[in-house]
Amino acid sequence: MDTNTQSTFSAAMRPGIVRGGERLKEHRDRLMAATKKTGHYAGLKTLELRESEPILYNKLFSRLRAGVVDARETAKKIAASPIVEQEGELCFTLYNAAGDSILTSTGIIIHVGTMGAAIKYMIENEWETNPGVAEGDIFCNNDCLIGNVHPCDIHTIVPIFVHGELIGWVGGVTHVIDTGAVGPGSMCTGQVQRFGDGYQITCRKVGANDTLFRDWLHESQRMVRTTRYWILDERTRIAGCHMIRKLVEEVVAEEGIEAYWKFAYEAVEHGRIGLQARIRAMTIPGKYRQVGFVDVPYAHEDVRVPSDFAKLDTIMHAPSEITIRSDATWRLDFEGSSRWGWHTYNAHQVSFTSGIWVMMTQTLIPSEMINDGAAYGTEFRLPKGTWMNPDDRRVAFAYSWHFLVSAWTPLWRGLSRSYFGRGYLEEVNAGNANTSNWLQGGGFNQYDEIHAVNSFECAANGVGATAVNDGLSHAAAIWNPEGDMGDMEIWELAEPLLYLGRQIKASSGGSGKYRGGCGFESLRMVWNAKDWTMFFMGNGHISSDWGLMGGYPAASGYRFAAHQTNLKALIAEGKPIPLGGDTDPENPTWDAMLPGATIKRDKQAITTEEMFSDYDLYLNYMRGGPGFGDPLDRDPARVAEDLDGGYLIERFAEPVYGVVLVKRADGTHGVDEAATVARRLAIRKERLAKSVPTKEWMKGERERILAKDAGSQVRQMYASSFALGPRFHAEFRAFWTLPESWTLPEDEIGVPTYGSKYHMDLSELPDVKLVQFVEE
Amino acid sequence: MTYTRSKIVDLIDGNIDAETHHQMLSTPKDPERFGLYLEILQERMKWDDRIVLPLAPKLYIVQLKVSKQWKIRCECGHDFCDWRENWKLHAHIHVRDSQQKMEEIYPRLMAPTATWQTIREYFCPECASLHDVEAPTPWYPVIRDFEPDIDTFYKEWLGLEVPERVDA
Repeated sequence: MDTNTQSTFSAAMRPGIVRGGERLKEHRDRLMAATKKTGHYAGLKTLELRESEPILYNKLFSRLRAGVVDARETAKKIAASPIVEQEGELCFTLYNAAGDSILTSTGIIIHVGTMGAAIKYMIENEWETNPGVAEGDIFCNNDCLIGNVHPCDIHTIVPIFVHGELIGWVGGVTHVIDTGAVGPGSMCTGQVQRFGDGYQITCRKVGANDTLFRDWLHESQRMVRTTRYWILDERTRIAGCHMIRKLVEEVVAEEGIEAYWKFAYEAVEHGRIGLQARIRAMTIPGKYRQVGFVDVPYAHEDVRVPSDFAKLDTIMHAPSEITIRSDATWRLDFEGSSRWGWHTYNAHQVSFTSGIWVMMTQTLIPSEMINDGAAYGTEFRLPKGTWMNPDDRRVAFAYSWHFLVSAWTPLWRGLSRSYFGRGYLEEVNAGNANTSNWLQGGGFNQYDEIHAVNSFECAANGVGATAVNDGLSHAAAIWNPEGDMGDMEIWELAEPLLYLGRQIKASSGGSGKYRGGCGFESLRMVWNAKDWTMFFMGNGHISSDWGLMGGYPAASGYRFAAHQTNLKALIAEGKPIPLGGDTDPENPTWDAMLPGATIKRDKQAITTEEMFSDYDLYLNYMRGGPGFGDPLDRDPARVAEDLDGGYLIERFAEPVYGVVLVKRADGTHGVDEAATVARRLAIRKERLAKSVPTKEWMKGERERILAKDAGSQVRQMYASSFALGPRFHAEFRAFWTLPESWTLPEDEIGVPTYGSKYHMDLSELPDVKLVQFVEE
Repeated sequence: MTYTRSKIVDLIDGNIDAETHHQMLSTPKDPERFGLYLEILQERMKWDDRIVLPLAPKLYIVQLKVSKQWKIRCECGHDFCDWRENWKLHAHIHVRDSQQKMEEIYPRLMAPTATWQTIREYFCPECASLHDVEAPTPWYPVIRDFEPDIDTFYKEWLGLEVPERVDA
């Protein structure tokens, strides 16, 4: 394809706004046809600019990349929300005229794809004609049905014109603290459909001539609880977009439009080729299979939702098969995934696939050149109707991350088998934490204003172990490579919640030769709040990230909350009060300090809005990462260090690691070497004594399957996966040699089945053209 | 970038210094790593059958010296099965499917709920090394996690001769 478009139209005769006079849709259609025909993005079999003027090409890249990073760093200081200002939950991306990303800033880079999907939706649905796309326009989008992750990620999109012709777009995104959903907080749990999922805006033109429309300002402010944060976040996004637009104008003025135009397309093809080269350099061709699960425990009384049909326990399921071919291309197939559900944990195909690149930038493509090239270099198959590609326009998305992270990280485990086989041990990762808990809620805050909170402390969870070291503790979240737990003092300014403790969560990392990084926990006391609510959001019954090669999964979640604590009197009397962490929840120490309190201490790690008063307590427990390798191979000295450092509860040193510790005079621990050798030998004998040949165990498990002996949440998961994944179903039956008479229809389970038979997709609405990104 | 043999030894042993580790992560990969890695591992084995591909810290695909058959082998010398099979089906398994078994290794409340998730430990039947842990729901088929295309990997990707193979 010839991207070196020259205008063949006079200014007055131009049919379209794209450089050279093409219409937006015509331009994109031509690019996509050339991509499909040649296998090269935009048909670019050679990278003319890169090959003929490599220094100019790299100069353009470096200058633009530095500019978008600078725009992010500058713009985030405008924000008031600590989610943006402290945690860096924002990102800016530069797109070519067709809506494909050229390069992006740091931050929440999942939106490389989601903002691009919004631009492509505008192109496909003729925004060029109505409402029109002109220089100085500002568009806003957060619609999850066309690709956004969840409603709280708000996009600002600005077209870039040079000499009256469109040459690209810039998008900015921030994670806002509230979107006016049924409950407060950006990722709330109370709603089960889109209609309570928060204010959603579909690529709406909200400004012209670089000025926001007054009707937009009036409407949008009253649609959310946290108006001031909303306004300042929008100014943050617009400022960043305008900085980048100005940068592009300067680059074009200095380097020429021809060079910029070529760069805008060649960079995408460069990204595609780069992915293929990395696959060949780092992996092993073949097939890799892995799976992830997460719990949705909605039958519990503390999950208060408006609809009977949502009151059931379910499990979300994401098996995946990676195929790496001999030509170093690859395919990711999620056959067997379970259906979308009546909760807020569904995901759009774009957020599911785009987010995978966030993860891959931390392993397979750790380059600054993050753009749509990698997406063009990957074949995805997401069966229609699954939770990551829903077929109903009613679905809710507010906390799609509940399973996104734990559905992706098995891919990293799969790739780690490659890295391990080739000896690239430094790249091996057992997985990541299920990034939670999310402390959320709202009411009137300490400043007597309507408020909502979403503590982003869990941007610093534990990380999976590697093949050469323990995972980092309280350090990172997979969705933001620059995650941070934030300063307590800032959170206390932003939330009417005082800190009574913040400490490492002992034994939260999965055990192994190298253990998973531990999470941490914060004990918060409600203070100076009025009409206040909070809720819990995280995994509880299921630990979603497995370990690798003998390592164990991270610990799973639980909740602790205390009401009617009488803490005011206890403090006045100088009596002991809960401080620090809930070090060993099996042997709790806080509960006895709070006689008469109503305490909620259980596995129900997802709840909906619960009333809290001053002096009530809430434990925010951030999860750990999974482990790597057999725990019996762990250096015993490290086990002693774990205990002394607060990473391990003492009673697990022996049964898990086979390490016998001795207490020194100074209170630290040493290793009894001889006793440890003996204990480890004894554990090996115990292992053989209690285990059976796998095929023997399978006989018993098969009998349980024939008898349908499993909880309703397990049976519902299989039934929904069987219905959507015929190959998964066939393979399941073949593995267990099930007779034809054995079936598992969803309607025999005795739980609500709304959505299993009747559904209606967005594409069935009039005048809507959806953009197809994956094989379904 | 290439690394000395002693750096790769350090890497395998978990003793790699931070500077080299960072360099390994942040610079292009060294294609000769595979050969060096195999050489170091091979020297450490008490058997002299050839390692074809490491699968886990103590698990390998090996070529039997005499018959040239390829097997999946534990470091202790136990052969699980032919390399084309799922070794886990030939292992010993221990399943944590009750709260009591879960709480042997996790604190109460931080353990998965056994009616939602089980933990399956796969051991070598001879030396009891733990080679893999699965954590699926009840009823889940044993996962065959990796089917490497070794011929393409050796021949086309690395330019190495594929070790001789006689299929049983």
